[in-house]
Amino acid sequence: MHSLITEGDAMTAGAATGAASVAWLLVALPLLGAAILLLGGRRTDRFGPVLATGLSWGSFVVGAAVLVQMLGQDAGERAHHIALWSWVPAGSFDLDLGLLVDPLSLAFVLLVTFVGSLIHVYSLGYMEHDPDKRRFFAYLNLFVASMLLLVLADSYLLLFVGWEGVGLASYLLIGFWNWNPAFAAAANKAFFVNRVGDLGLSIAIMTMFVSFGGVDYATVNEGVGTAGQGTLVAIGLLLLVGATGKSAQFPLQSWLGDAMAGPTPVSALIHAATMVTAGVYLVVRSHVVYDAAPDAALAVAIVGAITLLFGAIVGCAKDDIKKALAASTMSQIGYMMLAAGLGPVGYAFAIFHLLTHGFFKAGMFLGAGSVMHGMDDQVNMRRFGGLSTAMRVTWATFGLGYLAIIGFPFLSGYWSKDAIIEAAFVGDGWRPWVLGGAAMLGAGVTAFYMSRLFFMTFHGERRWTEEVHPHESPLVMTVPMMVLALGSGLLGLLLAWPFSDEKPIVSWLAPVVGEHAEEHPVLPVWVITVTTLVLVAAGAFLAWQRYWREEVPEVAPRASALTRAARVDLYQDAVNEGLFMRPGVHLTRSLVFADAKGVDGAAGGLAALVGGVSSRLRRLQNGYARSYALTMLTGVVAVLGALWVIQ
Amino acid sequence: MNSLPLLTLMMVVPVLGALVVAVLPAGSARLARPVALGASLLTLALAVAAWVAFDTGSDAVFQLTETHSWIPQFGVSYGLGVDGIALALIVMAAVLTPVCLLAAWNDVPAQETGSLKRYFALMLVLEAFMVGVFAATDVFLFYVFFEAMLIPVYFLIGLYGGPQRQYAAMKFLLFSLAGGLVMLVSVIAVYFAGPGGSDGFLVQNLMGNLDGSTGALRWMFVGFFVAFAVKAPMWPVHTWLPDAATESRPATAVLLVGVLDKVGTYGMIRFCLQLFPEASHWATPVVITLAVVSVVYGALLAIGQTDMMRLIAFTSVSHFGFIVLGIFAMTSVGGAGSTLYMVNHGFSTAGLFLVAGFLVARHGSKRIPDYGGWQRVTPVLAGTFLVAGLSSLALPGLSSFVSEFLVLQGTFMRYKVAAVIAALGIVLAALYVLLMYQRVMTGPKPAFVDGESPHDLSARERWVVAPIIVSFLVLGVFPKPVLDLVNPAVDKTLQIVGVTDPAPTEASGSAQ
Repeated sequence: MHSLITEGDAMTAGAATGAASVAWLLVALPLLGAAILLLGGRRTDRFGPVLATGLSWGSFVVGAAVLVQMLGQDAGERAHHIALWSWVPAGSFDLDLGLLVDPLSLAFVLLVTFVGSLIHVYSLGYMEHDPDKRRFFAYLNLFVASMLLLVLADSYLLLFVGWEGVGLASYLLIGFWNWNPAFAAAANKAFFVNRVGDLGLSIAIMTMFVSFGGVDYATVNEGVGTAGQGTLVAIGLLLLVGATGKSAQFPLQSWLGDAMAGPTPVSALIHAATMVTAGVYLVVRSHVVYDAAPDAALAVAIVGAITLLFGAIVGCAKDDIKKALAASTMSQIGYMMLAAGLGPVGYAFAIFHLLTHGFFKAGMFLGAGSVMHGMDDQVNMRRFGGLSTAMRVTWATFGLGYLAIIGFPFLSGYWSKDAIIEAAFVGDGWRPWVLGGAAMLGAGVTAFYMSRLFFMTFHGERRWTEEVHPHESPLVMTVPMMVLALGSGLLGLLLAWPFSDEKPIVSWLAPVVGEHAEEHPVLPVWVITVTTLVLVAAGAFLAWQRYWREEVPEVAPRASALTRAARVDLYQDAVNEGLFMRPGVHLTRSLVFADAKGVDGAAGGLAALVGGVSSRLRRLQNGYARSYALTMLTGVVAVLGALWVIQ
Repeated sequence: MNSLPLLTLMMVVPVLGALVVAVLPAGSARLARPVALGASLLTLALAVAAWVAFDTGSDAVFQLTETHSWIPQFGVSYGLGVDGIALALIVMAAVLTPVCLLAAWNDVPAQETGSLKRYFALMLVLEAFMVGVFAATDVFLFYVFFEAMLIPVYFLIGLYGGPQRQYAAMKFLLFSLAGGLVMLVSVIAVYFAGPGGSDGFLVQNLMGNLDGSTGALRWMFVGFFVAFAVKAPMWPVHTWLPDAATESRPATAVLLVGVLDKVGTYGMIRFCLQLFPEASHWATPVVITLAVVSVVYGALLAIGQTDMMRLIAFTSVSHFGFIVLGIFAMTSVGGAGSTLYMVNHGFSTAGLFLVAGFLVARHGSKRIPDYGGWQRVTPVLAGTFLVAGLSSLALPGLSSFVSEFLVLQGTFMRYKVAAVIAALGIVLAALYVLLMYQRVMTGPKPAFVDGESPHDLSARERWVVAPIIVSFLVLGVFPKPVLDLVNPAVDKTLQIVGVTDPAPTEASGSAQ
């Protein structure tokens, strides 16, 4: 696999010119929006949401301008660096704050600002009657700003600021309706699990500084060349820990399902299209480290493979439409991780799938929101069914997303996922068989659970509860869905453009992640493609049989052990509770007890002394302070006396 | 040298203010508040002037120095002066005092005239002592301030505190007294180990000039260290802090935990490291261990608390563990981080104590289970509480992140295992802050017995939290002014201790 690497970091970033030189506006505009809405209070209620939406589009315009600029430049000159100010000058640790605008970060910028702005628009309709609408838009803007900071940072420490910033926005938005205790708990869970990942990322950053003397990308990438394997593998694995937290990958995946407590536009933007893919960004951005540490890269691929199956299995058993989509997100990010772990054959495809997934998954989440909007906020798919006639636009746009995710030929997901499956079959020994097999099997399971979801919601018998009257959502919501559906249909084709020598997405990213030399999978490509399509068709057929043709029971029937396990997310919460939570609670309780009884008592027996003395002194209380002052005075006099005597 | 004795003035102004407050006629006792605030603001102006006058490029150990012979027979001088570390702490104290006075505005009802005057006078006296203790360059003078500080705090807790105030005030006093007495022995010993003479207590004369057996110097180190560890407070001598913090008024708690306790960690740099470099190296393994235990222990205990103020006090035990860790890591990164941490912790603790105080003032309970759903009733209060909490858990973008990261990074350069264990504090901090937030602020809207729901933050209260939040944001994205101030002092300290930062292990050029 190493032979594939042709100096990935050949491109060095020059000082930014043109549109790129004002790329700081990308972060500043939405940040300004968040500040105005949060500090302005109720005064901004009326215009706040529209202002926030406008500023988000403003960021997109800046991003588009940078894109135009880059397209006019040679591939090697597309990286721009913006030096801002001296951030942490502390002894030998001296870090400047700066932004790096290169093809990789720009790909994210465009995804985040475009999908993000569409979701702002959608939210204008979705959150219209919420009394705290202004706060919601403030948080959305805060999220967009943090996410852009994350992808534009020129150092790991600044990335970490964006990294935890999006975590904060995620926390605030999951708990947006935190009057519901379960939602407040879900927000906390997300933050806690992410902090475990962040611990890994922090230690990775510390290791980088100790090893290379800096934490900016340039210094780290330069230092990798001469570094030992131990260091590089350690850094790679620690970064992976961070990535698993943010991207809900095994074993830090447990928070994502609960995160669906947030308003649905949030699930679409943060917990599907953008934030959860930050882990993939981190791995690809650190490709120099992983290129040089194949063991760490393999760990990334394995985590991805496990998660893609984990999520797919869980997705098969969920009846809550949002949780089923969340499981699917986890699984799809597993594909991206797998691709990123494959090295130079996979980086570009990881980002490719990330972009197409951003469109079709966001589109489907918005569709789910539209369904909930029409169904009095119900989420149980067993009480849906037959909605295709009641909500034509939602059905059609969701349908495109659905076909895209299962890899229906020539739609977006087909190009990007197929590329990953093929790449997973590249390599020697057991790896291509295991990783490729997992990716291929996952495609079949994906087709099953997504078809199940689609059929249970839109087709078959109507199983609605009595009081609902499903209706189509207003245009402000359906237009963003249509735009995303268009992307679900065509983006893959555009980025994969089969009529050119090289996929445009691959040549776009090549200056950042290295040239992508053609390598042949262990199976002929047509075998992989055909087998995958057969599996997809089989999965969809099975779902058609069980969830469209046959009647879907309104209450989940008793099922096999695997299904029961999948319904409770393969016991992830039980495991976490048994391993960490209960022992943790026990530990803190005992320590609190011991601190009161033990440490306090043992600290020179002072507590006991106080207890005894104080009762007597309570009467003499006024005298006590005086006697203390006296003691002190005596002390001072004694010192002076002693000095005098000894002199 | 500067013509104005700024440091002395910064003590004279609050003391004069305290005198004016004390002699106010009963009829105009209300004026105690604006007079006290005015005096503290004037002190703040002087502190800013001192910052402006301070030359970060200077080679002198101390600047703005004032030295007068006091008791020459015993080598005691009235010696004041600051390095960057001391100045940063003085400025922090000068900012926090008016904030606390404003927060304490209604702590004592205006009709209790005597009590009101005494309260504000005591706070001003405390401010003067705080300036003195950081500015003293004479070890004996330092000791005098160190002990004198206890008196106003004792009264502030004992007279104005909660139901258990007597117990808490006395516990505070006994712990501090015990620590102080141990230090006294070392103070005397230092004089005899030094060059002696009529200014033999001046730090400048003692630095690098201590003459004594390794054992004797180590004992002196221990004497100082114990006093500072009690003050800081480190595990296992932390137990006075939760009681003192919960029984005192929030404003007092801020001055106690946010400023006064910094004397402990400041003293470790000034006296332990700078006077006893060899002993510091000798003690490092033990100190690092205690610091790491403090970090984790304080955080775990905080998670288990049901009393808000005790919880905040335990977070400070954890944070002080970080500060001590950074100091004894003996790297430029850790040292700068710890010093910055001292400043940032002052503000973030102030945020937590004061906002929690606003809650308690509304609901009359410090017990976390007595709350729930308050975000529905007092959204601005909830927002500021969350921001203060996020600062405590060192959210990147806020000031405390920079310092906490630097401490961990600086420690990691020498003691990887210790740094990794301490880094667990990152996760635990999220638990103690957000669990408290969840229990207090989230959930369904609470029902109030009298049917009248509490009002949100008043204008005064907003003015209290505004400077604190501004400090979080400004020092989070632009900590350079403070770092520029402390870097030379940290370098000097490391020079005295005789260490340099380890070079990058994998730097280009080094053979693989």
